Amino acid sequence: MDFIGAYSSGNLLFLLKGLGTTLLVAFIAIIFSFLIGSILGILRYAKIPVLSRIVAVCVEVIRNLPLLLIIFFTFFALPEVGIKLSVTMAAITALIIFESAMLSEIVRSGLNSIEKGQIEAARSSGLTYMQTMQHIILPQALRRMVPPIVSQFISLLKDTSLAVVISLPELLHNAQIVNGKNVNYVIPIFLLIAVMYFLVNYSLSLVARRLEMKERTNRKSTGKVLPAKQQTGEMM
Amino acid sequence: MLDFTILTNNLDTYLQGFGNTLKASLLALIFSFILGVIIAVMRISPMKVLQGAGTAYVEFVRNIPLILILFIFYYGLPTLGMELSGFQAGTIALSIYTAAFIAEAIRAGILSVDKGQMEAGRSSGLTYIQTMRYIILPQAIKIVIPPLGNQFINLVKNSSILGVVAGLDLMYFGDSISSATYVVFDVYIFVAVFYLILTIPLSLFVGYLERRLAVSG
Repeated sequence: MDFIGAYSSGNLLFLLKGLGTTLLVAFIAIIFSFLIGSILGILRYAKIPVLSRIVAVCVEVIRNLPLLLIIFFTFFALPEVGIKLSVTMAAITALIIFESAMLSEIVRSGLNSIEKGQIEAARSSGLTYMQTMQHIILPQALRRMVPPIVSQFISLLKDTSLAVVISLPELLHNAQIVNGKNVNYVIPIFLLIAVMYFLVNYSLSLVARRLEMKERTNRKSTGKVLPAKQQTGEMM
Repeated sequence: MLDFTILTNNLDTYLQGFGNTLKASLLALIFSFILGVIIAVMRISPMKVLQGAGTAYVEFVRNIPLILILFIFYYGLPTLGMELSGFQAGTIALSIYTAAFIAEAIRAGILSVDKGQMEAGRSSGLTYIQTMRYIILPQAIKIVIPPLGNQFINLVKNSSILGVVAGLDLMYFGDSISSATYVVFDVYIFVAVFYLILTIPLSLFVGYLERRLAVSG
């Protein structure tokens, strides 16, 4: 093991660049996933005949597939049907497909956590369904969703490393390139990037926990708090 | 449309991958359960050193990517003179990673049992171990089963990383079938179907357990 050689400033800079790509890709993916996930979650929550069912089936199928398979699919299989995506686009697309399904469940349980009585109260005081959603349900649900969404973002940051299989220049990929220079770098570099992932994700998990605590004390008297705990292991 | 001859011509290969995916997931479930119980017990033990070690394990492992753990075992260990097959490295990585989540599920289950029960057990003359064994754990297990089920679903999905290190699982054989047939799209659709055969019934079952156990409190 050659720690000194492995941690040369050139290598460190290259790894930080990889971390930057990881963060950027994960950030873009979470934004789009939240938008799409919200639409899917609301559609499922609204119990529209047929449509809600179709959404439910799609979400369940995607949630039950390995993300790695979806990444392979967007990069290797889509070109066969005429859709060619760059490495970055394929990675982001796969992450969005997978995470939208995950986030739609968070949105749905956020909506479900608001007592039904509130809808009834709003409707009977003359608001339309849309107004009720916009002014009563969504603002409350959104606040409750924040901690689990931060946790999901942690999963997403970890999952971005799967794009190493299609050579996205993220942190793990760049680590592998550095490792290629010298076998004695492998362990030091892996340890270093493990610490890098840990620092980023652990700080985020502290944020998620604090938000959850705040949410809990805010509403000691009323209903449920969505847990911020990472459901998974989920990379998937 | 889907070309079903891909499936029928390569059924043996698909099934071999399917079997190995299941095998890796089951092995990892057993290992991670054992490791998870040990870590959970460490975390709730009265000894500060054990608590700290347990917490450090959980926090560190949960916050790094699974595939990095896999790479450490598959690419890192050989540089220290220890070779592992893709299947071995994959199963070990899955076990280490999942143990952190299982430990948390078990700890949450144990903590959810009212403190008074431990005190009552102890003051009626049972030892700490006896109280755990006869009073706390039987109640905790009900709360722990659904999250364990979810972890198993995740294990099945996560086991796809074996494919990255030639671990002979579904992903790996999907790759080899598509190299042999020059077909990608259909090959991976069938791979997806095989994963769903495992994960969808499991999720339905876990959902059912969650609802049933929620009702019986």
